[in-house]
Amino acid sequence: MAALLRERPGKSTVSRSSRRPLGAPVKRKGFHRRRSRTLFLLMVPGLVYFLVFHYGALLGNLIALKDYVPFDGIWGSPWVGTGNFQRMFEDGAFWDAVLNTLWIAVLQLVFYFPVPLALALLLHSLTWSTVRRFVQSVAYLPHFISWVIVVALFQQVLGDTGMVNSYLGDAGLSTVDIIGNPDAFKPLVVAQVIWKDAGWGTIIFLAALAQVDEQQYEAAAIDGAGPWRRFWHVTLPAIRPVVVLLLIMRLGEILSVGFEQMLLQRDAVGPEAAEIIDTFVYYQGIVGGDYGFAAAAGLFKGVIGALLVYAANKVAHRLGEQGVYK
Amino acid sequence: MSAQVRPGWMEKPKPVTQAAKAVALVAVVLLVCVPFLVILSTSLASQREVVAGGGWVLWPQDPTFKAYEDILAGGVVTHALGVSAGVTVIGTLLSLACTVTLAYALSRPGVFGGKPVLLLVLFTFLFPPGMIPSFLVVKELGLLDSYASLVLPVLVNVFNLVVLRGFFQGIPEELYEAARLDGAGDWRVLWSIVLPLSKAALAVVGLFYAVAYWNSWFYASLYLESDHWPLQQVLRTYVVAGSGLTDTTTGEAAVNAPQTIQMAVLVIATVPILLVYPFLQKYFTKGVLTGAIKS
Repeated sequence: MAALLRERPGKSTVSRSSRRPLGAPVKRKGFHRRRSRTLFLLMVPGLVYFLVFHYGALLGNLIALKDYVPFDGIWGSPWVGTGNFQRMFEDGAFWDAVLNTLWIAVLQLVFYFPVPLALALLLHSLTWSTVRRFVQSVAYLPHFISWVIVVALFQQVLGDTGMVNSYLGDAGLSTVDIIGNPDAFKPLVVAQVIWKDAGWGTIIFLAALAQVDEQQYEAAAIDGAGPWRRFWHVTLPAIRPVVVLLLIMRLGEILSVGFEQMLLQRDAVGPEAAEIIDTFVYYQGIVGGDYGFAAAAGLFKGVIGALLVYAANKVAHRLGEQGVYK
Repeated sequence: MSAQVRPGWMEKPKPVTQAAKAVALVAVVLLVCVPFLVILSTSLASQREVVAGGGWVLWPQDPTFKAYEDILAGGVVTHALGVSAGVTVIGTLLSLACTVTLAYALSRPGVFGGKPVLLLVLFTFLFPPGMIPSFLVVKELGLLDSYASLVLPVLVNVFNLVVLRGFFQGIPEELYEAARLDGAGDWRVLWSIVLPLSKAALAVVGLFYAVAYWNSWFYASLYLESDHWPLQQVLRTYVVAGSGLTDTTTGEAAVNAPQTIQMAVLVIATVPILLVYPFLQKYFTKGVLTGAIKS
């Protein structure tokens, strides 16, 4: 890397003329020009990455307007105009995938979203810091475990021959049919998200809670406010902006509900239960080879998703929050 | 033991509240730890014990490392472990190098093209390119079935870039000026001043990259033939999807103890995360929050 950057200026003709001769006094102007060039060169590897793999791919979305024939390649395949989009809008399986996506997103919003908040409040209320730090460490851990392992763990614990069912069987109770059961799939994926990310999700709430001025609690307590009133009048107002912000951001990303998680389990429960927009794109394009059609569905999701994130940021700004970007 | 400090104004909590909290905390800890304990115990149990336990064991009576010896004897799992380790190490180094240089350049004022490049990068956060076009780019570049396809398409992560840029911007301007007066160029400033001051941020970002590379399986399933698969994709095929392990390890062992071997693969895939976790945890809260606030 170092060698590469040192060599490059020497090869360019512009740089030679601006280089300071040995022993000559440092000139302010030349100095600045050189600085700018080094920094620009430092940007190049990362910039090339974004241009090729993001903007090149973005351009590749043109395939959505074509009928991709592998033999003819991207450029040789015939244009079909909006044909792929028309097919997509008339495809019942596509709309089923959209509905599944929205349905899972809503379930996550209702059942996952409050859990990190509750856990953060519980952790924050602990006065014994050793216990608090230990529980925090344990609760953050699943975030770093891959989805493959998380799904395998759930199979081991909740599967037909898993731990829960053998305890239930030993106790003479009826066993639960969760893994591989399409009807139980949506609650299962929400439970998996809670297990994996609820602990990690507490970080931002704990930070907000830590910023509350201790004196506010003290003043309220002296004025006779009990734990519940202090929670209602001091804690809640302090974390409300964070809660509102995270809710808005989640609404902005409502079309993304854990692609890897669904893909890993779709075969076991079937597409009726587990097909989301992302897996629809995968199965139509990568598995089915219908690249143009799949790219159209992906582009549909990308455009709506970007508009939603943009709108969510606008709403956040309107409410006086920072949003994800400014 | 550590300090248990309750401020003077706070009431002494009721025993009922205390008990409820304790139950909740124990439940959280058990929910996270018991699944790991089950896979570890099952991987260490004998086949007879696993069959007697109905497919799993909470605490092995007679621990044995036979399953580990079998899968590490040179079969598919051994190879996959090597692939995962190699991709993780090389990928993390390449990603760090490209992220650091870009973040540093974008953190300094007055770079030629700095503003447009920053916008270009942040826009990708709003509008990701999509699976099919990304796949076609990798295909057109001739990267199919090469290990580079696991690294290059995810080389720089925008979130990590923003975290590092924020950290670099937080370094006092006086340090840059002092170094410049001493005649140090930008490259020198980065190497001798900025990087040594950013060890914590580099640790966070490096570990984030490493965990992502280690955990990645989807790109392997997309781009690689099965004889080049990393560990997570092998795990997915043989444990999650339940395909037979017979053709992968020494046939005999696979027939004898599929469950213990599956659990051993699971443990081997988890252990590196557990090993780096203490280091990760030491820094990440700080790193994540700086990033979240700055962006």
